[in-house]
Amino acid sequence: MPGRTLHIDWTRCDARGSCIELLPELLRRDNWGYPLARTGSEFAVPAHLDDAAEDAVNLCPVLALRFTAPVRG
Amino acid sequence: MSEALWALGRGTGVVALVLMTITVVLGILTRSGRPAFGMPRFAVTLVHRNSALIGTVFILIHIVSLLFDPYAQLNLIDYFVPFVGAYRPFWLGLGAVAFDLIIAIVVTSLLRRSIGQRAFRVVHWATYAMWPIALFHAIGTGTDASSGLFILLALACFSAVAGSVIWRLSTHFQLRGATRLDRRIDPSRIAPAPEVKEIQ
Ligand code: SF4
Repeated sequence: MPGRTLHIDWTRCDARGSCIELLPELLRRDNWGYPLARTGSEFAVPAHLDDAAEDAVNLCPVLALRFTAPVRG
Repeated sequence: MSEALWALGRGTGVVALVLMTITVVLGILTRSGRPAFGMPRFAVTLVHRNSALIGTVFILIHIVSLLFDPYAQLNLIDYFVPFVGAYRPFWLGLGAVAFDLIIAIVVTSLLRRSIGQRAFRVVHWATYAMWPIALFHAIGTGTDASSGLFILLALACFSAVAGSVIWRLSTHFQLRGATRLDRRIDPSRIAPAPEVKEIQ
């Protein structure tokens, strides 16, 4: 199963940081506390982290995270 | 039997008050973006959500058990429409108002994704009205209100929420920008910044 892609909407994100706690393998804090993935605001979620990503989407207090289309390529 | 129903109705009401108090305090903590009580941030949000849902279940039991109570003689309509009942209409009416607000808050929270963040937030603000109304309902209707223990509990709940609200209004409430990070940064712990690539 190909992993899904997660998108961080930085215009909504309030840097609360709960997604960084849930996905430490994929996200780190930038200097202002905002989540940053290796590929910026959109990143592929490996299958074994899918549950954690799902939690991150559901627990973001400001709905700044969503799954987009499955990873291209 | 009716004694048992009455006890169940009162007991679940008291538990619901405590759960909703925890929910409000954790909701304010979630808003601050801080970890708390040894829990990481996501756990604060998770417990906020779960105590709200469990509290709602307790309120449903509270309501259903008192529906069958022969003493209070409540009708279904008393639960939704305030101030029309025969039994302590004012205090019970406060309960109905709080219940209506809880329905709105819980439903919009569960549908957050489809109704959007703005509508969710506007309705969520109603909690600041709902909680004090529910507290007054508990103090005014409750036959427990004369018991010292309940007064103590109500006071504890009130202090917890009032304290959180005052803190919410203080300037240091929310961690913003660089203040989110530790002041003292150990240079050996700074990871190299990930390279940021434009999408597309
Ligand atoms: S949980 Fe939401 S608000 Fe918090 S840092 Fe992640 S995207 Fe931003």
